[in-house]
Amino acid sequence: MLNFHRFFAILHARNLEFMRDRAALSWNMAFPILVMIGFASIFSGGEQEYFKVGVMGAGEHPFLQSRYIHFIPVEGQQGLAEAITKVERHQIDLLLQLEPTHRYWINSDSAKGYAVEQILRASGGDEVVRQEVSGEEIRYIDWVIPGVLGMNMMFSALFGIGFVIVRYRKNGVLKRFKGTPVTTLEFISAQIISRLLMIVSMALLVYLTCDLLLDFAMYGSYLALFVVLVLGGFSLICLGLIIAARITSDEVASGLVNLLGMPMMILSGVWFSLEGSPQWVLYVAQIFPLTHIVDAARAVMLDGAGIIAIAPQLLILGGMSALFLLLGVWLFRWE
Amino acid sequence: MIEVRSLVKRFGALTAVNGVDLAIQPGCCFGLLGPNGAGKTTTIEIMEGISDPTAGEVLYCGRPLGRRFRSEVGIQFQHTALQDYLKVKDVLELFRNLYPNPLPLADLVEMCALSDFMDRETQKLSGGQRQRVLLAIALVNDPELIFLDEPTTGLDPQSRRNFWSLIRGIKSRNKTIILTTHYMEEADTLCDEIAIMDEGKIIIRGTPSDLLRQYFDDLLLQLPLSALPHPHFSLSLPHELNDGGISIRSRDVNRTITTLQQEGVDLARLHIRPRTLEDLFLQLTGHQLRA
Repeated sequence: MLNFHRFFAILHARNLEFMRDRAALSWNMAFPILVMIGFASIFSGGEQEYFKVGVMGAGEHPFLQSRYIHFIPVEGQQGLAEAITKVERHQIDLLLQLEPTHRYWINSDSAKGYAVEQILRASGGDEVVRQEVSGEEIRYIDWVIPGVLGMNMMFSALFGIGFVIVRYRKNGVLKRFKGTPVTTLEFISAQIISRLLMIVSMALLVYLTCDLLLDFAMYGSYLALFVVLVLGGFSLICLGLIIAARITSDEVASGLVNLLGMPMMILSGVWFSLEGSPQWVLYVAQIFPLTHIVDAARAVMLDGAGIIAIAPQLLILGGMSALFLLLGVWLFRWE
Repeated sequence: MIEVRSLVKRFGALTAVNGVDLAIQPGCCFGLLGPNGAGKTTTIEIMEGISDPTAGEVLYCGRPLGRRFRSEVGIQFQHTALQDYLKVKDVLELFRNLYPNPLPLADLVEMCALSDFMDRETQKLSGGQRQRVLLAIALVNDPELIFLDEPTTGLDPQSRRNFWSLIRGIKSRNKTIILTTHYMEEADTLCDEIAIMDEGKIIIRGTPSDLLRQYFDDLLLQLPLSALPHPHFSLSLPHELNDGGISIRSRDVNRTITTLQQEGVDLARLHIRPRTLEDLFLQLTGHQLRA
């Protein structure tokens, strides 16, 4: 059973330990901010070199012979909808549909869109109907911030739980607790809650600092983003528990954290979109909680999605958390 | 107070504890002695309820170890780190909060002489200070039964003696203490009763003085080799050569000394000592205790 007195005693001690470890604390805070500032400065003014035009349908049109334009094929209704969103976000400059109707979409706020539209008009060929959309440009920095927030949570969760509990086991801290009336449930839940408090506070601090230093997109509700951060952080902590359950060597734990963290960082779409990747990559990405965290955070921040819209990701994260937690507790050994 | 019956613990092919029986009376300071690897820590950890025996049973106040056992005993483990960055007072508060009726903080500070470093973070403590904090943790719930697993190993002689005086203070409160050690002097000065373990078995038990009386009725006279009149001199008395010296067992010291004087041996560096538990161990097992 959970004795709250003991639970709070362990929670308080773990929080003290974390707060007083200044080096780790500042690194946890500084690392993501430095990464984001770095990206902001590298990619500021990093305009795409070519014009990008989405093309739907197999029809012929002299515009398609134009030079210095990268034509990207678009298929299906969903593809069309996604491509229109990309026009809104300035990710492609124009979208041309040749089947079943002759239409094109253009963002009225886009300078490059205006230029490509002039080339289209000058190329002759059949008349195409103008469809106007608007929307601010989604820059790389806007796109990468939800990813970096998620990635920072992931490493903090895996190291803060996976690595720290293994170190406790190795140096006898766990054995010392085993010799007291503390139960596994009290110990583990205190570790989880302590780390969750830290991860969410850190994410909020990093978010606020970036908000002061950088200009980035946030179209959705703060509540929805907060829910994603809390549930996402929880799922990653539970994943860390599985690593922490039995290992007695902190070198092995550190290796495992990296073994799990590195592919997750690459395949969860933190740094670059997985669109167009081989199908197996997309399948593998689905097993990582970070993929769903980053998806949901991007949906909230870039598309203004509410909690209902990100319900599928939240459900998956909830399910993963429950599975990891059960496995972690079931496998847990004090020694 | 606590009793173990036919205790066996195997780790794969290795039998660490091989049929140990013990019964410890309330108020006794019981010492479990033996060289490294004798099975002391394995035995004491089974008694603490930290690990399970392969066979045999442990009874506390006549009953198997139940849920309340951990609330009622105090344990000082052999290798324990404390959470880094916690101050001594934080650690004590943490452990006080894990028990229903903890001792007041001031009592613990006094009993374990902690007042000088209560605000120090645990990773900055010296070895002796750390052991005192670990002792305070073991006492936090005011236990009647206290396990101390090699509490002074690695301490300098001064710290070791300081620690002994703390244990004497606990003894004076009529607590039952189970202590493992490989320091004979520690067992001799602290323990009311000892058992010597070797290769997983208890080879002898009793009070230190009874055991010494039972096995030895002589004193040991020790001389350096340079005390002999010349290097190839042969003593008439039975003797042993070891560590560059001569050892002579004697039931009648006056007569032995007279004989040595008559043979022209230089007695300026003669050392006479009573037999110790170390000698007993050597006699029983044929090897040194700290080997």
